[in-house]
Amino acid sequence: MTILKSREAILALAILALLAVIASRFPAFVTPGNLARVLTDTSPLILLALGQMTVILTKCIDLSVAANLALCGMVAALMDGMGVPLAVILPAVIVMGAALGAVNGLLVWKLGIPSIVVTLGTMTIYRGTIFLLTNGAWINAHQLSDPFKALPRMVVLGLPIMAWIAVAAVALLGLAVARLPLGRALYAVGGNPHAAGYAGISVGRTQFAAFVLAGALAGLTGYLWIARYAVAYVDIARGFELDVVAACVIGGIAIAGGAGTVGGAVMGALFLGIIKNALPVVGISPFWQMAISGSAILIAIAVNTLGRRDPGRIILKQAEART
Amino acid sequence: MTTTTAPRQIPNRLTSPAARALKSWESLLLVVAVAIFLMNAMASPYFLDPWNLSDASFNFTEEAMIAFAMAMLIVAGEIDLSVGAIIALASTAMGMAMSLGAGTPLIVLVGLGTGLLCGAFNGALVAGLGLPSIVVTIGTMSLFRGISYIVLGDAAFTGYPASFAWFGQGYVFWVITVELVIFTIAALVFGTLLHRTSFGRIVYAIGNNATAARFSGIRVDRIRFILFLLTGLMSGVAAVCLTSRLGSTRPSIATGFELEVVTIVVLGGVSILGGSGTILGVVLAAIVMGLVTFGLGLLNVPGIVMSIVVGALLIGVIAVPRLIFKLRT
Repeated sequence: MTILKSREAILALAILALLAVIASRFPAFVTPGNLARVLTDTSPLILLALGQMTVILTKCIDLSVAANLALCGMVAALMDGMGVPLAVILPAVIVMGAALGAVNGLLVWKLGIPSIVVTLGTMTIYRGTIFLLTNGAWINAHQLSDPFKALPRMVVLGLPIMAWIAVAAVALLGLAVARLPLGRALYAVGGNPHAAGYAGISVGRTQFAAFVLAGALAGLTGYLWIARYAVAYVDIARGFELDVVAACVIGGIAIAGGAGTVGGAVMGALFLGIIKNALPVVGISPFWQMAISGSAILIAIAVNTLGRRDPGRIILKQAEART
Repeated sequence: MTTTTAPRQIPNRLTSPAARALKSWESLLLVVAVAIFLMNAMASPYFLDPWNLSDASFNFTEEAMIAFAMAMLIVAGEIDLSVGAIIALASTAMGMAMSLGAGTPLIVLVGLGTGLLCGAFNGALVAGLGLPSIVVTIGTMSLFRGISYIVLGDAAFTGYPASFAWFGQGYVFWVITVELVIFTIAALVFGTLLHRTSFGRIVYAIGNNATAARFSGIRVDRIRFILFLLTGLMSGVAAVCLTSRLGSTRPSIATGFELEVVTIVVLGGVSILGGSGTILGVVLAAIVMGLVTFGLGLLNVPGIVMSIVVGALLIGVIAVPRLIFKLRT
């Protein structure tokens, strides 16, 4: 745990250094008002990274979260168009997201299909379903009701609701992971599935629960995304799953499962969020963002894996390192 | 990513080779391919026209070229999700070479070379540093395509020389396209490599138990590196064909290719956990996929709906046999 703690300290220092470098040229970037804007803008990434973290902890991966987000967001927009009140839409998208996550979870749990195959498939199915629902049409700002659009932007105590939701999710998941049996089970299943099984923890059920949680968060984020940007179409958040995985990997969540913290996932998301928001300020074309997050994934996975490698086994270290 | 392995089933009666061949995944695929072929032929009177069939082959040749290399990679227990991004980068490099005045042979060399370099980069990270291939190739998927976006932004390379069009639009003889010939050669080469050489046996050995393979004196990481190199090279070949066929390069070229390639490989009966699968299965799966998407195209089904079918195929192909097995026991 001391290594993990220090890794998060390193990441925190990296974020501060990044902010310092930007501030040295553009002091306006680090004003409280702008930092609040960056936090709000990064909220969807934080929410999805929390869900992805729980999935990765159990040795799985969910590539369908962005498609899930887009489908739930589109359904929220369609419900709004039919005059459904927001108080119904919100729980509906969370349940729907959880149901889409449950589909992934059931295929992994009951049929033992590798999660990468399942979610690669559901990713295209969920996104294709948006097209089936809308025939490719866009839902624009004037077609969305005012209360629907207003909620995420409503400012409470200096921060928009959207940012508060992310903060609340971080606090709740932090508590759940540390205190609830299910939270501990995530680590047990990822750390050693066989030992977890002998300890009476169902590996499949825990993985299922992680997928449901990731799906519910994606559903909620779907509404927030559509409401904030006030537009819904088939390609919303396309490729966002890569940013989410990147945030987790940068945050030190081990892709082999069993290791990683809520704080790490949040900082990984913030790191990417700051870079994304700083690029236009610094005057770099937004087309650089994809390559930068790709490089960030590679550097982070290299640092994390090489740092975690067991130094005691010299015989056949190549084969050993892969397990 | 799950590491649970089912215990090996030992049959209580040995079956004859003929019976086994009939029950194999490949013969099932053959039946499916013939059935879809007949359905297409009944659905549209124009389907059986040789020129039409030749056009239909474009639906799978480029994906299948990569799928052969990917099949070997997956048999060895690795995966490469960056193949679509490699195509984008190779195509961008070819566009740059073209705008600097390179002729067709040089453009092709640049495309193949870029593919090899990308494969070497993946291979070095996975085999050299021992990083997990899923994360590495998710990262390089973003990096390679990201470089294309940096170079091109929202612009495009067009105006490839006329002779360059031969690879994606040319015919070798009557209705036989250049791509179909490349596909056939690639199938034979990779089939021989996987099923008739010691290299192929080693790939299976690594996929079944990398540690045991290492103890047997196999240079596991070198083989892994070569497999990534081959996948990169075949992505370069596909980039040449696709760029030549489209006649232009955009950074969004070949988006989602990795999904189609992995689907073909898995549909072809290659276990995603590594250790088993055949090139013949991949060939048949490519033809099945090509016929399905072409048939849907004849029915005016839009591309994004076809991607639902591809996604459902990917899951269904693995889920249905497991479901049947579960219900039986």
